[in-house]
Amino acid sequence: MKKLMTICAVTAAMTVAPAMAETVKVGYMTTLSGGAGIIGKQMQNGVELAMEHKGGKLGGMDAEIIYADDQRKPDVAKQLANRLLKSDRVDIMAGVIWSNLLMAIHKPVTRSGTLLISSNAGPSPIAGDQCHENFFSMSWQNDQTPGGMGQYMQDAGIKSVYLMAPNYQAGKDMLAGMKRYYKGDIAGEVYTKLGQSDFQAELSALRAAKPETTMIFQPGGMGINFVKQWKQAGMDKVSKLYTVFSVDGVSLPALKDSALGILGTQTWSPDLDNAINKKFVADYKAKYGGYPSFYAAQAYDTILAIDHAIAKSGSKETAKMRAALAAGNIPTTRGVLNMNTNHFPIQNVYLREVVKDADGVVTTKIINTVFKDHGDAYAVNCKF
Amino acid sequence: MTLTLILEQTFNGLQAGVTLFLVAAGLTLILGIMDFVFLAHGAQVMIGAYAAAAITQATGNFFIGLGLAIPITFASGYLLELLIIRHLYRRDHMEQVLATFGLILFFNEAIRVGFGPAALYSDLPPALSGFVEILPDTPYPAYRLGVIAVGLMCALAIHLFVSKTRIGAMVRAGANNPEMTAALGINIKILFRLIFATGACLAGVAGMMLGPLTSVQPGMGEPLLILSLVVIIIGGIGSVRGAFIAAIIVGLVDTLGRVFLPSILRLFFEQATADGAGPALASMLVYILMAVVLIFRPTGLFPAKG
Repeated sequence: MKKLMTICAVTAAMTVAPAMAETVKVGYMTTLSGGAGIIGKQMQNGVELAMEHKGGKLGGMDAEIIYADDQRKPDVAKQLANRLLKSDRVDIMAGVIWSNLLMAIHKPVTRSGTLLISSNAGPSPIAGDQCHENFFSMSWQNDQTPGGMGQYMQDAGIKSVYLMAPNYQAGKDMLAGMKRYYKGDIAGEVYTKLGQSDFQAELSALRAAKPETTMIFQPGGMGINFVKQWKQAGMDKVSKLYTVFSVDGVSLPALKDSALGILGTQTWSPDLDNAINKKFVADYKAKYGGYPSFYAAQAYDTILAIDHAIAKSGSKETAKMRAALAAGNIPTTRGVLNMNTNHFPIQNVYLREVVKDADGVVTTKIINTVFKDHGDAYAVNCKF
Repeated sequence: MTLTLILEQTFNGLQAGVTLFLVAAGLTLILGIMDFVFLAHGAQVMIGAYAAAAITQATGNFFIGLGLAIPITFASGYLLELLIIRHLYRRDHMEQVLATFGLILFFNEAIRVGFGPAALYSDLPPALSGFVEILPDTPYPAYRLGVIAVGLMCALAIHLFVSKTRIGAMVRAGANNPEMTAALGINIKILFRLIFATGACLAGVAGMMLGPLTSVQPGMGEPLLILSLVVIIIGGIGSVRGAFIAAIIVGLVDTLGRVFLPSILRLFFEQATADGAGPALASMLVYILMAVVLIFRPTGLFPAKG
């Protein structure tokens, strides 16, 4: 399982290539095996679609993507990063789903003078006092999305909320991010077991507490379990459900109609109205037969950002690419993105609702923009 | 913390307990009678869930899915024993651990190749998606009551089978003293194969029942495997009765602990401390219980071997 999957995105040119043609190598780390393999697969799809759209080149240079399966283990991630840097000699490292894995490889990669671009994880330390100029995020800082949810619930005049998240760092961060903007009453704060599959006991307790609203962070398979059981227990009559990172393109095919009407915040949605996103979503559906999730969109944006950095600077040197990315104006599925002083995107956070599209497929639709051009709270602590 | 809430949580615990029992029943026999360390029992749960979900989706009827999935899981257990497991009986435990761990990886990957890495869609059968009022104003999902009923029926059937039938007597004899049983002319090979296939089938039934409740995805059975090992140790290796009682205890302790421990701790500590320690302590409860049982009854509550 530890083998590196090498897929050459380069197709032999039929014409004679220039003698001095440079090849840019990108190491793309994600989780391709285990229960979270579906997330990695979506990200890989996003990367491959972006490479297809760019004709196998990045910023005009021949390009090679080297995929690495981190197995969701920090130690494996560290080894792989080492190997990609020293033996494959990649020019850029990208990917990474999990915050704890990103923390493990952040220092070794950035200090080696290689650019590190996150397609998903955005833990607070590297947005704040442990930030590094060689790191960029093409996703979000962890707090931004739940912060948007807190702001929305505050604006909507909701008086009390019952919070539920898995008992680990990201779970606590998410709820903290929500509470930064929501000033109403917290009716309860329950931490469930990471990887829990049956929430019936928690739902019974929730039914007894009768909170006005409930907000959950239950990513991946936990989200599928929670939402299913929530509907099965008839909880909609008891409380109104709000979610972050729990109902998305990965879980919707398993939830189908039972997820209709559920609200959540996200920085991206398949119905975002811009040319890049429309092309991305249409081609993704045509190629992979189903809606992309935000993971796929962020992976796609990561490749677009690399393409932009090389095209702008005309080079694959770290310093020049870094300057190009920091200058912003990066074309993505979320429109043109600019970077904050800590190299995290300044972006909108949307409220999305689960709806059926014209073909009867369950997807998400933007119903409100909660934050406009929002920068995260940690940037002030970041000094390069 | 009202009485209705406690009653509702007891039902939740019962439901978790009978599901655990279905997984542990086969495992305790495999471990106790066959003296075989089988780690891939969670894969049988997954096979049951996938078979039921896929057939339900194809036919549109949950009960056809269930009816066809049961023989499928029996057959998969039978074939697994015939092709692989029987060659491992003579190996030592460490090699059995390695081989059956390999089987976990194999089955997870096979499911991924066959069905893709995404979770499979499965929902409640319409006939059982309603609620039953267990007390006035306390609706309880009908399907979960159904799970409890099926679990209890399986437990009763296994009990009658083991205590009243001829094959059951052989199983008990095998658990007590396998060498002597074989010496008395009982075909222990066939007996082993049937026990193994039945155990696989029971775990499969647990998977089928769980399918509509949880996400049907590769590796979904592994968390159950760990808890069912705890059940077996508490109940006594090889004892079906022990497995039943221990499964109910573990189900209740886990469920009630998870819900009530944080609020109990809040009576004694500050809110922040209680919220932090509560879930952590609750997830340790069943293991603490196991440790306590091991201290006072090292062979479990109902040891099968005399």
